[in-house]
Amino acid sequence: MRVALFVTCLVDLMRPRIGFAAIELLEAAGCEVVVPETQTCCGQPAWNSGDRAAAAALAKKVIAEFEAYETVVVPSGSCADQIRNEYPGILADEPDWHGRAVALASRVYELTDFLVNVVKLEAVPGNFAGSITYHDSCTGLRSLGIKAQPRALLAQLPGVELREMNAAEECCGFGGTFSVKFGEISAAIAERKCTNACATGAAAIVGGDLGCLLNIEGKLRRMGDETTRVLHVAEVLTAKE
Amino acid sequence: MESRSRRFKSNALAALANPVLQGNLKMAKGKFVDKRAIAIKEIDDFEGTREAAKNLRNRVLENLDLWLEKFEENATARGATVLWAKDGAEICRHVVEIGKRHGVKKAAKSKSMLSEEAGLNHALTAAGIQPVETDLGEYILQINDNEPPSHIIAPVMHKGLDEVADLFEKTHKTPRKTEIPALTREAREVLREHFLTADMGISGGNFLVAETGSVALVTNEGNGRMVTTLPKVHVVVTGIEKVIPTLEDLSTLMRLLPRSATGQSISNYVSVLTGVKQPDDHDGPEHLYFILVDNGRAELVGSEFQDMLRCIRCGACMNHCPVYQTIGGHAYGWVYPGPMGSILTPLYTGIENAIDLPHAATLCNQCGVVCPVKIPLPELLRKLRETQVETHLRPWFERLALKGWAWVASHPALYGLGTWFGVRYLKWLAGGKASIPVLGTAPGWTAGRDFPAPEGRTFREQYAAMRAERRKSS
Repeated sequence: MRVALFVTCLVDLMRPRIGFAAIELLEAAGCEVVVPETQTCCGQPAWNSGDRAAAAALAKKVIAEFEAYETVVVPSGSCADQIRNEYPGILADEPDWHGRAVALASRVYELTDFLVNVVKLEAVPGNFAGSITYHDSCTGLRSLGIKAQPRALLAQLPGVELREMNAAEECCGFGGTFSVKFGEISAAIAERKCTNACATGAAAIVGGDLGCLLNIEGKLRRMGDETTRVLHVAEVLTAKE
Repeated sequence: MESRSRRFKSNALAALANPVLQGNLKMAKGKFVDKRAIAIKEIDDFEGTREAAKNLRNRVLENLDLWLEKFEENATARGATVLWAKDGAEICRHVVEIGKRHGVKKAAKSKSMLSEEAGLNHALTAAGIQPVETDLGEYILQINDNEPPSHIIAPVMHKGLDEVADLFEKTHKTPRKTEIPALTREAREVLREHFLTADMGISGGNFLVAETGSVALVTNEGNGRMVTTLPKVHVVVTGIEKVIPTLEDLSTLMRLLPRSATGQSISNYVSVLTGVKQPDDHDGPEHLYFILVDNGRAELVGSEFQDMLRCIRCGACMNHCPVYQTIGGHAYGWVYPGPMGSILTPLYTGIENAIDLPHAATLCNQCGVVCPVKIPLPELLRKLRETQVETHLRPWFERLALKGWAWVASHPALYGLGTWFGVRYLKWLAGGKASIPVLGTAPGWTAGRDFPAPEGRTFREQYAAMRAERRKSS
């Protein structure tokens, strides 16, 4: 199966290795991976900030870049949701674009959802060993139903011990631009998340959305925790340690 | 009530620094969130019930005027008087007039958020009518110089026991008590006298039943019954959107309201009050008035915010909101805190008076998931943000930053160049360390946490290099 990878701007900027891990996982599942080179951002920051015009411009760009592919995979629940569930609404007033948005929407998958439910990957390539706890990111969880998928993949690694934290489904306080506009509130919410995660004693906090992971990592380090690792699920599934 | 929503940010910082509030918020979360999770399991088809409640509320809103007329007709037929109020000032005028007509000196009140919207207590006092709050929490706030509530159903949840003990000692001039049963007993003794001497009872209304002209009241302390049966005059103050068609509909909503609000299968008291006292009745008011209030609601009918009118004021959205759980209710600055408040406050007090509120949410959608009438709260918050952008209410630097980012992201070559420099700059700032403690371009982020350092080369760079390498080797 030929799959186009939407890397996401955060992964492009901050953690390219997550993008490469996603490619490795998709190839392990027998997919041919294409990375359209002109891709940038899905427009979620603009949309969530109320700038419909900017969000629509970026939505059209993503649609034009990706609609030729049968399947699009995104290593982020919130960016996948943006394309799947928000683009049709953003472009509702432009019938042509709306139609193209709808046509693309159902072919866009969050990475772990695609690996488990579409290509049914049964041999993940990594050999990570250690205790982890999993943070369920809000949009992936509540809009795309991403909950069992990453856990099913992690369960394929015999060395992984999953220790569920209290309130794993509670927001980490990131919220995109919220984290900058209301930094103190955001960081206080992140502290609760870190406290719950650390109470498990797990060596790594794992999640599927880089925004949340940067928030959690930043708070952990500020709290003086230099040892707990913060990893994207794709990194764990491909780690060779 | 005068809105303090403009000061959301400083209100929130004060809340973060208040140890009593922080302790209470932690405790309240355990109570409200955990108890609700257990209570909703009692219903076989909770999701189906939510859907039914949503549909019945929508059915009302589609013909709100007709249902209100029907309510008026049936309430009037049972001896009540129905009055209409456009805004808070009209509520006050009506209540004061009713008070004067019946020679009222003292009004005993059970909870009414509409009276908070209107600042009714102030108007009553000015007219020479003594208002007495009889909900325990509201009473504590009233004797603390009319402090505003911080939660719609637990109005005093921001206070500690010590503060309440001090207030009782000072106000009642009795020896200081620190045991909760002793304090509540003292409150009962003080309030009993007020119930017996009040000439007028003022209540809110959880629902108005159109087919019978009744008001349904959902309370826990029993004060609602006293207020609505002992005084000779009863005034119900509630919003026009609270009308529902039938008693059957009431039973559907009652399966959801107490469970969503306090995690109770049923509240201690559910009263359905219909008409004035009849010759054979033992109690009940001789005069019953309904003041049905618009105060911004009618304008929402048919608008993109109509869904908000389904709200049954359970407070589940705020109890489950990570932001509310962190800063409490006062920070929001008006009558309704949490997600519902971040939508209602700008809609009812002016969007320009509550600029921060629609943004004070992570859009995590936990509120949307727990809302018993399925209001898409995050979507409404986002729409308010859009309205702010359309009406140029956002700060210029934010508009510029968003437009700039979107413009750069629309030009891949420029984006590549910008990010090439950007990640190198951040990497340099980190100085070989894994994170950056102070980031001048995002001070909000680094106020409370570090900014993790980027790898130093973008994905697109590394991917292009890898592709070139592969091409060379093949």
